[in-house]
Amino acid sequence: MDQTILNYIVVGLSFALYFGIAIYARAGSTGEFYVAGGGVPPVMNGMATAADWMSAASFISMAGLIATVGYNNSTYLMGWTGGYVLLAMLLAPYLRKFGKFTVPEFIGDRFYSQTARVVAVVCLIVISVTYVIGQMTGVGVTFARFLETDATTGLFIGSGVVFFYAVLGGMKGITYTQVAQYVVLITAYTIPAIFISLNLTGNPVPPLGLFSEHTASGQPLLMQLDQLVTDLGFSAYTSQSGSLLNMTLFTMSLMIGTAGLPHVIIRFFTVPKVSDARWSAGWALVFIALLYLVAPAVGAMARLNVIDTIYRGPISTVESALPYEERPQWIKNWEQTGLITFEDKNGDGRIQYYNDKNAAFNETAQTYGWAGNELTVNNDILVLANPEIANLPGWVVALVAAGGLAAALSTAAGLLLAIASAISHDLIKSVINPRISESGELLAARISMAGAIALATYLGLNPPGFAAQTVALAFGLAAASIFPVLMMGIFSKRVNSTGAIAGMLAGLIITVGYVFTYLGMFFLPGTNLLPNDAANWLFGISPASFGTVGAIVNFAVAYVVSNATEAPPKHIQDLVESVRIPRGAGAATGH
Amino acid sequence: MSSETTRANVHTAAEGVAYWQANLNLVKLCLVIWALASFGFGILLRPLVSGIKIGGTDLGFWFAQQGSILVFLVLIFFYAWRMNALDRQYNVDEK
Repeated sequence: MDQTILNYIVVGLSFALYFGIAIYARAGSTGEFYVAGGGVPPVMNGMATAADWMSAASFISMAGLIATVGYNNSTYLMGWTGGYVLLAMLLAPYLRKFGKFTVPEFIGDRFYSQTARVVAVVCLIVISVTYVIGQMTGVGVTFARFLETDATTGLFIGSGVVFFYAVLGGMKGITYTQVAQYVVLITAYTIPAIFISLNLTGNPVPPLGLFSEHTASGQPLLMQLDQLVTDLGFSAYTSQSGSLLNMTLFTMSLMIGTAGLPHVIIRFFTVPKVSDARWSAGWALVFIALLYLVAPAVGAMARLNVIDTIYRGPISTVESALPYEERPQWIKNWEQTGLITFEDKNGDGRIQYYNDKNAAFNETAQTYGWAGNELTVNNDILVLANPEIANLPGWVVALVAAGGLAAALSTAAGLLLAIASAISHDLIKSVINPRISESGELLAARISMAGAIALATYLGLNPPGFAAQTVALAFGLAAASIFPVLMMGIFSKRVNSTGAIAGMLAGLIITVGYVFTYLGMFFLPGTNLLPNDAANWLFGISPASFGTVGAIVNFAVAYVVSNATEAPPKHIQDLVESVRIPRGAGAATGH
Repeated sequence: MSSETTRANVHTAAEGVAYWQANLNLVKLCLVIWALASFGFGILLRPLVSGIKIGGTDLGFWFAQQGSILVFLVLIFFYAWRMNALDRQYNVDEK
């Protein structure tokens, strides 16, 4: 059967499943719309959280990021999982006990200030909108490659699917679709990985395969990879390079950024009890780890496969390089999307792939008759091309297409819910019209959701040139603004309204200021004050790693300002006491 | 909600303080291990454990790409199990 038709069938079946769930899980009250009625079992919430959290970036890009530089990008693996430890111990159970619908609501109540609540809403919207752009473009790319529609049509179809279940079902519909989407995406991710691992190492478990013997060469896989990449002028896969301080701060930014992401935090408002919130964080990490333990194996094995495809013998001999005319079908497929490009610089009709930015290696390369690297492979295709590289049957290719869409759509829906609930609950219900009825608020929530989807679709169609850079800003903002203020709200009775607002603003301004200094004012090219390279960074800290510094500034300013001003009133101190103790937690409410 | 809050406040203040202190101690212990498995062996202390070889590379690489995640998993379940036991011990668990 034609591959495109097969892709349509598998993707179509997955969409039909989401529609079915949406009709079954309609929301009848604000409680169902915001927190799925508060009755989601911890294991199921863990699964939904995993789909909510693992985005197009985790599914499509991460293995490619690790494949390119190896050890140095372990930061993503540690950062994007370590945040769950912080979430489980420092935030989730207490916020569940507080028992309200949104993150800004806690900040507003705990710091007895509408200003604090509005500042939190602004942070939430900037973080979530930034994030959603990446999901929408991910949907467009997947459609373009697998379903041969143009990216615009793909984006409209994706938005339509989300519109149907998110507007109809709110958190309730999103929760059950996310569970289904998790199953689709984890199956799609692991099946090709199992076959590739089996093929290269004889071990069907990819995380074990990564540390096993490479069957073809008879030496450990990582050692073989280190040797191949250094022979091509790249730095060794397992070696560390660059600033250790920067690596540490970047990992920390990803961790506290993860813990401070509103769309992840609100998932813990849906479980019945405080103890469930603790278990649920563990289950979320179990389901996330299934992908995150496979990803580094996929990265290393894909890198090895690409090199083995191009060099079929010792790299120094001319004949070992693959003639362009004999390139495999997957290279031809991806060339059509422009994500693989070939330029025959030395005119020998063969593909040379090496690191031509390494001056020392270039001299060796010249003795081989090479005139520059000829093959450019986009990081993002490794996972999507994996089944084709491993010659797996067509239905696996189709499954990967459905998996990529599931990852992007599930995260988009979670983000859109965070945006919609902040608008309808924290702005309309709390600030603009407190007397709004229950059914009025539910309608407002649905309209906010529809508006958020329209905005996300527009931004997906016209992605700002800085989309990739703003993702760093989203993590920086969550790390520097939301995480510290939530943690202080729970762990300190002394931090008051003035301190919290001053801390949030200080963390926000210094982080945004640092990012803009190197990446340009609002990311406009040419408006940066300093060139964006390690030599100019303050203590070698990259803009993406600066969220950690912003968080420290937030903590310090809040502490100093609070101690110089009056302690919070008695009822606020009692509120802090009450969130620390599990007993008395009812279902989440809006009152 | 208010009647349940009162029920939670029935305990002596000292008991509440002891429960919170027990939680803080547990969190501190877990976060030390959390930092050691990621920032420690995975990044900063990698040279110290580089003598220990595993699958063609060193222990630090394993921690950075696999070990840290496994440690995080164990930590969260350990914390949930211990805290739920502490909730009962200090009589602050949900009924």
